Amino acid sequence: MISNLINNKIFTLLKVQYSNMLEYRVEIALWAISGIIPFFMLNIWTSNNLNESINISDVLLSRYFLCAFFVRQFSVVWVVFSFEEDSLMGKVSPYLIQPLNPFFRYFAQHLAEQITRFPFALIIAFFFFIFNPETIWIPNLSILILSILSTFLSFLIQFLIQSIVACLCFWTEKASSIERLLFIPTLFLSGLLAPVVSFPEYVKSWIYLTPFPYLIDFPANLLSGNETNIRGGLSMQILWIFLLFPLFKKIWSEGTKKYTAMGS
Amino acid sequence: MNLRKYLKVYKKFLHTSLASELEYKTNILVDLITAILSLVGSIFLLSIFFQNNGYIGGWKFEQALIIQAIYTILNGITNTWFNPNLTEIVKHIREGTLDFVLLKPIDSQFYISLKKINPSGFLEIMLGFLLLFFCIRINQINLNLSFLTLSLITISCSICILYSLWFFISTTTIWFVKTWNATEVLRSFLYIGRFPLNSFSFSLRIFFSVVIPIAFITTIPSEVLLGLSQFWKILLEVIIAMIFLFTSRKFWLFALKFYTSASS
Repeated sequence: MISNLINNKIFTLLKVQYSNMLEYRVEIALWAISGIIPFFMLNIWTSNNLNESINISDVLLSRYFLCAFFVRQFSVVWVVFSFEEDSLMGKVSPYLIQPLNPFFRYFAQHLAEQITRFPFALIIAFFFFIFNPETIWIPNLSILILSILSTFLSFLIQFLIQSIVACLCFWTEKASSIERLLFIPTLFLSGLLAPVVSFPEYVKSWIYLTPFPYLIDFPANLLSGNETNIRGGLSMQILWIFLLFPLFKKIWSEGTKKYTAMGS
Repeated sequence: MNLRKYLKVYKKFLHTSLASELEYKTNILVDLITAILSLVGSIFLLSIFFQNNGYIGGWKFEQALIIQAIYTILNGITNTWFNPNLTEIVKHIREGTLDFVLLKPIDSQFYISLKKINPSGFLEIMLGFLLLFFCIRINQINLNLSFLTLSLITISCSICILYSLWFFISTTTIWFVKTWNATEVLRSFLYIGRFPLNSFSFSLRIFFSVVIPIAFITTIPSEVLLGLSQFWKILLEVIIAMIFLFTSRKFWLFALKFYTSASS
């Protein structure tokens, strides 16, 4: 009965958000295009033969960056910006009365956006394959399922981190600037711009203890067929989720106690 | 055009927006850390590219740092002036408040492009200049007057091109209403301005000098600083900057004809 209720809620939320997102197709297409930085990076790597020094062939590196693009597309999180706006405008108050944590609403929004984004990402990949036909490959089913799982876990980690930052809105008015700060290490250390294998030793020694390489590098390596430790990667992702989730619950309950609606 | 009147109005703009932005002092600190981290991150990325190669696209590491410095300065300018104002256009158009701007006895483009200022961008500009001075020392560049004028000219042309690009995209909002993602696309394209143009493949080089002249924005001023630039390139940049400024102005006036206020 309870599980049925939850299913119903989630299904309805998703349906509403999906039709909402379909309204903004062009916008989402533009978001998809703005994620093409990995391809520019790939261009620098291959035009200067930089990949020879890290022992990755052109083809594997191209696949890596294509996968990095895909993983990034399906793990983009912007909950802090939505939440900041809602909390400044006082829209959070009605959400708080509802018997549903408002973050479910944002979560459904993100999932719906990913579904809308999927065809655009496919079109971009299609063009990539036209220009680089030698990179076409078909990952086997188990790898595909595992990499979808790890991409989803990567999305969950980022969603949790950003939700924690978003909860800071209860204390400060501009939590999004903290998110912009956190985005910088995510950008440079996650493997979006350069695969983690290519990092110098003094970074590689500690980077695997941080959540960053599991956000893009690990799922992208997995999907593209580059060498990676599947079990280690997945367990680290799950570990980070288990660490972050109680933190989020704690900060959420502290924050809602602190919350005073704007204009009241 | 009454220059004195415009100067006076601009002084008022500065005063009001500085006063409102300085309300968020910790925010400025966070932005400073973000700017520093982002610079450290891109130098780190650059060092990965250079770790086993002496040259990339014919540029040494010390020379490529100049490009980073100029990019940081220009990015600071974008964050100080262009970004806060031009995202505001979208809001004006969506909420119909552009009416009030158009009714004022002052040029609408002037009002819209300079109304706001974000002081945290200043810190980024200073950071860029610090790096630039450092680069001038390590590259042993002799400063003389003619050389300084040339670099000043090319950098101001870059600023003009950058402004026109931003303004051009923001203007399209009049037709599409929700295009602040388009500026995000522009941002991701501008990202490649961090690297020397020659490090990309031939087709991308053509794209970035003909379709979107990002090549001109950072590479040419850096070449001037290194004393590598040919005269025709500088001349070309001046001409392109003028064309861009002129068309963005014309485009704005043209777009205004299609402006039908919101909810009226």
